[in-house]
Amino acid sequence: MINKVVSGAEEAIKDISDGVTLMLGGFGLCGIPENCITALVDKKVKNLTCISNNAGVDDFGIGLMLKQRQVKKMISSYVGENAEFERQLLSGELEVDLIPQGTLATRCLAAGYGMPAIFTPAGVGTEVAQGKEVRNFDGKDYLLEYAFDADFAIVKAWKGDTAGNLIFRSTSRNFNPVMAMAGKITIAEVEELVEAGALDPDHIHTPGIYVHRIFQGKDYEKRIEQRTIRKAQ
Amino acid sequence: MSFSKEEIAQRIAKEIKDGYYVNLGIGIPTLVANYIPKGINVVLQSENGLLGMGPFPFEGEEDADLINAGKQTITTLPGSSIFDSAMSFGMIRAQKVDLTILGAMEVSENGDIANWKIPGKMVKGMGGAMDLVASAKNIIVAMQHVNKAGESKLLPKCTLPLTGVNCIKKIVTELAVLDILPGGGFKLLERAPGVSVEFIRQSTLGRLVVEGEIPEMRVD
Repeated sequence: MINKVVSGAEEAIKDISDGVTLMLGGFGLCGIPENCITALVDKKVKNLTCISNNAGVDDFGIGLMLKQRQVKKMISSYVGENAEFERQLLSGELEVDLIPQGTLATRCLAAGYGMPAIFTPAGVGTEVAQGKEVRNFDGKDYLLEYAFDADFAIVKAWKGDTAGNLIFRSTSRNFNPVMAMAGKITIAEVEELVEAGALDPDHIHTPGIYVHRIFQGKDYEKRIEQRTIRKAQ
Repeated sequence: MSFSKEEIAQRIAKEIKDGYYVNLGIGIPTLVANYIPKGINVVLQSENGLLGMGPFPFEGEEDADLINAGKQTITTLPGSSIFDSAMSFGMIRAQKVDLTILGAMEVSENGDIANWKIPGKMVKGMGGAMDLVASAKNIIVAMQHVNKAGESKLLPKCTLPLTGVNCIKKIVTELAVLDILPGGGFKLLERAPGVSVEFIRQSTLGRLVVEGEIPEMRVD
């Protein structure tokens, strides 16, 4: 079995340099690769293109990278939780490509499945369709959208093994499995790293073939964006 | 008397049928979950990757790994399932979800919707809204009939950047229930108690179609 284990976030991202394209898993702050984001902030790499559904909040997640102006371009579907992001965008400091969430996920999927492009109805007739090829199938219009081309994908899983197999927990799965498939180099940080053989092959969400580096993360904050509760009966 | 947000949600809940898979947007649509009629089995889809969304957790039981598309802490119900974002939009695109309920800034008389961007002012992004409106077979919009400046949100043509074209079937506002006619136009189906057809006409900039007596909206 090929061993994919690295010592930690710093080693995992050692060859991430200025100007590369990164995918970062997570939905909101749920399931984001906290350790690698901290390491990228410390490393101060810049001119990054980041593909991630959201852009974090002002003081957590990708928001920390935005604050340091490490991001040249953001490709996301929803960025409404980050005031600094909105400021950089409206002032023209940050390049932003807003794309439909399903298109974002499926462009990852296409990359991981070895397909160059997809057709989706999302965005037909809107400004998202500008400059894109439209094809009609059975009377309905679809946009041609290309598979993503990312140098690195950085994902967070619940459990992983030394062979790179991953299991996600609850809705922190979100974009992580499709991004894991889509990176030229995929880095996975996990809450619990076990020996190959300790996980049931039937329970694996992401096969280790897609994962190049894996490590057990530490000090997960797992911040909650909207803490909603109901009253006890 | 125009309807409150809760009453709009209550009225929309009457459109939900037994066995439906339903996606609820943020805002008034989220409230619909509180009014699903008893005895009806409905599965709520949250597009971040969950079928079978349950109520908010009790205090102390919040789980950072378990949220809905509005990033709120939630619970799962018996029979729920978790999946990735690509599969989530796969089931939306493949029309496995029976009903989508979402908010809007503007709707046009031919069923176009605008709800994601105000140029130069607001750039939050479309999230999953464009995927939902492009694929859903049945979409109900929950919104206020007029904006804060008193201007109609039911228009001949949307003025804001579009989210989707020719896709909205039904609108429920604080004043009325309306269908979008296949050939264009807002067909008035019901009016809020005490609200006159004339008042609804004044509040609707797009073509309003009124045929016969218009009954009052009921939420019981």
